[in-house]
Amino acid sequence: MNTMQADTDTKDTIDTAGSIVGSIDAVDQYLTFIMDNEEYGVDILAVKEIRNWDSATPIPRAPPHVRGVINLRGTIIPIIDLRQCFGMAAIEYGPLTVVLVLQVTTSGNDSREVGIVVDAVSDVYSLDAADIKPAPQMSDQLNTSFIRGLVTIKEHMVILLDIDNLLGRDDLSDFAEVTDAIKKDEIVKAI
Amino acid sequence: MTIELSQFFQVFFEESFEGLDVMESGLLSLDPSNVDNEMINSIFRAAHSIKGGSATFGFASVAEFTHVLETLLDEVRSEIRGMNPDMVDLFLQSVDCLRELLEGLQAEVPVDGARADGLRQKFEAILGVSTDAVASETGEVEPVAIGWQINMVGGEDILRSGNEPIRMFTQLSEMGELTITTDFSRLPAFNALTLESCYLSWQLTLMADNVTRADIDEVFEWVVDECEIAIEPIMDESLPVAAEQVEATEAQALEEDAPVSDDASAAQTGLAVPQTQKKAEPGSIRVDIDKIDTLINMVGELVITQSMLGQIGADFTFDKVSKLQEGLQDLERNVQVLHESVMQVRMLPISFTFNRFPRMVRDLSRQLNKKIDLVVKGEQTELDKTVMEKIGDPLVHLLRNSLDHGIETPAERVKAGKPETGVVSLNAFHQGGNIIIQINDDGAGLPKERILAKARKNGIIGPDVVLSDEQINDLIFQPGFSTAEVVSDVSGRGVGMDVVRRNVQELGGHVSVKSEEGVGSTFSISLPLTLAILDGQLVRVGNQVYIFPLVSIVESLSVGMNQVSTVAGACDLLRLREEYIPIIPLYDAFGIEPDSRNLEKSLIVVVESENTKVGLVVDELQAQQQVVIKSLETNYQSVEGISGATILGDGTVSLILDIGGIVTIGQSAAPMQIKAA
Repeated sequence: MNTMQADTDTKDTIDTAGSIVGSIDAVDQYLTFIMDNEEYGVDILAVKEIRNWDSATPIPRAPPHVRGVINLRGTIIPIIDLRQCFGMAAIEYGPLTVVLVLQVTTSGNDSREVGIVVDAVSDVYSLDAADIKPAPQMSDQLNTSFIRGLVTIKEHMVILLDIDNLLGRDDLSDFAEVTDAIKKDEIVKAI
Repeated sequence: MTIELSQFFQVFFEESFEGLDVMESGLLSLDPSNVDNEMINSIFRAAHSIKGGSATFGFASVAEFTHVLETLLDEVRSEIRGMNPDMVDLFLQSVDCLRELLEGLQAEVPVDGARADGLRQKFEAILGVSTDAVASETGEVEPVAIGWQINMVGGEDILRSGNEPIRMFTQLSEMGELTITTDFSRLPAFNALTLESCYLSWQLTLMADNVTRADIDEVFEWVVDECEIAIEPIMDESLPVAAEQVEATEAQALEEDAPVSDDASAAQTGLAVPQTQKKAEPGSIRVDIDKIDTLINMVGELVITQSMLGQIGADFTFDKVSKLQEGLQDLERNVQVLHESVMQVRMLPISFTFNRFPRMVRDLSRQLNKKIDLVVKGEQTELDKTVMEKIGDPLVHLLRNSLDHGIETPAERVKAGKPETGVVSLNAFHQGGNIIIQINDDGAGLPKERILAKARKNGIIGPDVVLSDEQINDLIFQPGFSTAEVVSDVSGRGVGMDVVRRNVQELGGHVSVKSEEGVGSTFSISLPLTLAILDGQLVRVGNQVYIFPLVSIVESLSVGMNQVSTVAGACDLLRLREEYIPIIPLYDAFGIEPDSRNLEKSLIVVVESENTKVGLVVDELQAQQQVVIKSLETNYQSVEGISGATILGDGTVSLILDIGGIVTIGQSAAPMQIKAA
């Protein structure tokens, strides 16, 4: 199979291996949010709830990105400041500050709920799997597995996150590699 | 019509395990010389259900094995054959074997069938229905029945459960020549006749020489419980059926039992325990109907109260305030009673755990050549299901210790002027909000001198330290401690007691021992009645409220600087009567801004964990209340110094402190400079 028409209307895509990707699975919906003027997206099926920021009970000796825990209808869930995970400067929380409660599958195949603090919620987009480009592997030291891919919406880049990889890790206090990857800014510049 | 059977597997397994427990306790209580027929019947019924169920679900190995068991049990209950201690042993071994087979099936792991086959051969040898070499070796002529005489009194309900005698008789007639005589004597007058009841009895004569008792049993399988069925073989009078020869086979088979059973137990240790690879299914629990009814009533009242409050709130005017308050009080009461009732549901009698002990005592006392009686009291005392599951292993360990180290051999006991048979008693009762479990033995007691010597040798205590009796006895809970001269398979490795203590403490309880040399020992385990609730003391540090487990608090006090000494390179010490207690400022350990760093303006709460006392600096003591423990690990991870979280009345989360963890944090903290006022 050499020359292929990628027909955006019919949504049938034939990739280089020669197999046909089914049409129904090719569209996913993503909820996007803003952090530090960059737009990020997560699979909408993982989003359980969107709440306004209220206070959280701090956890002793926790790293700065773990803001504390809150009571979500009887369950205790941790609140992570994603900005600080990504190595961005922390900001004052304001009336637009939002907590996304996400359902995450951990490495041990359990399910956990985690809240992340973001600057503001943006929009919901239906994205074709074909339009999502993989994150460029800039160097071997950077682990970018928490990025599901990059997509361009209205001439503007959105970084799609793999939530399970990002928040499903065993040790929620260690985000050093994530910070490194984002700090290098190479991904942002790559597009 | 195919029904998807696998959805019923879990129920089958649970019921079968229960049936095995019934069989085991029944067998243990059997007196072979005076067999209680009711007991044999209940053992038989349990085996029968397991056989039927396993056959339905296609578990052929279990069905075949149980069938042989059942046949022998049937002979005992029809008094064709008597019971003896070796047969009881054989049955007990087969219960173990069945458990293994079922566990393997449940975990979908293949189980080695060698043990089952070995046991089955022994059963068949006893029954004389052997298909292998045992019978032929003795050159025995098998007494063969040329026919069977079956007398059946139809049970009144058999028709209701879908059984049809005609079908059974048709099946029999296919095996040979069948003649039937029907007995109508029990038929009532026509107007008293109930269509669905069976009033008939039959005498059936089946002439066939290749039909075994097992074949006949199979025909009547479904009705054997409800009907009186007497099955007699019709022997060919011409054959020299030697009763003596039959007994000779039996005697030989039983003699062979003794050496073979050692092989079986050797094979037993070789058999791998099937590892459960699937995620454990959520267990289930049997609940008394009364408890459920109480719950339903409570919820009904709650609904009424709620609708009443709803009405008041619908068009509220200020003169209705008192009604509102009444309604809220009702609500509070309803919720409290409902809460208590719900907690009751998870409570099960401790007999579920105690049930395995008679067997264990029996086996161990044989193994150790000691005579031991087990007395169990208070087995109806209830406790939370999860607590009960976790207390099982520590109890086993304590019991094994009593049997191994506590009770002396019969010779030693007689020499000490005690009765030959030692007594170990298990007792459980409620006290306050706790359940107390005691294991008492009238054995040798804890050897104080040996314990002291061992502790000194291991460096646990200094050579000149003098300890009270209780403190000496308490030493056995130290890790690696054992005064046993010989490490046996049963105990003595010294890993037991500290694990017991740790397990009990993880459940929020504690374990202690009282002992008198030459008289005996009593181990007491105290456990809270439920795991999920904690009596807590709310404490404020800065703008955060924490919960201290009430049981860990020794006292709280405000101090003057004259009671505090600063030690270079370590934390400050509080002089409290005769002790020096390290002071840990919580605001530093937790990184909070307190009201004041001045010790004289704060409070010190002295807490204790694992015999270590520390003083924690706090700003204010608030209320004491029962808190519901919520897990941090479910969605986050475990935090040192924090054992869980709870939700306060205002909806905010409050962290529950783990005193042991705090002590560890504090001991590694930098020294604090306390500024004088």
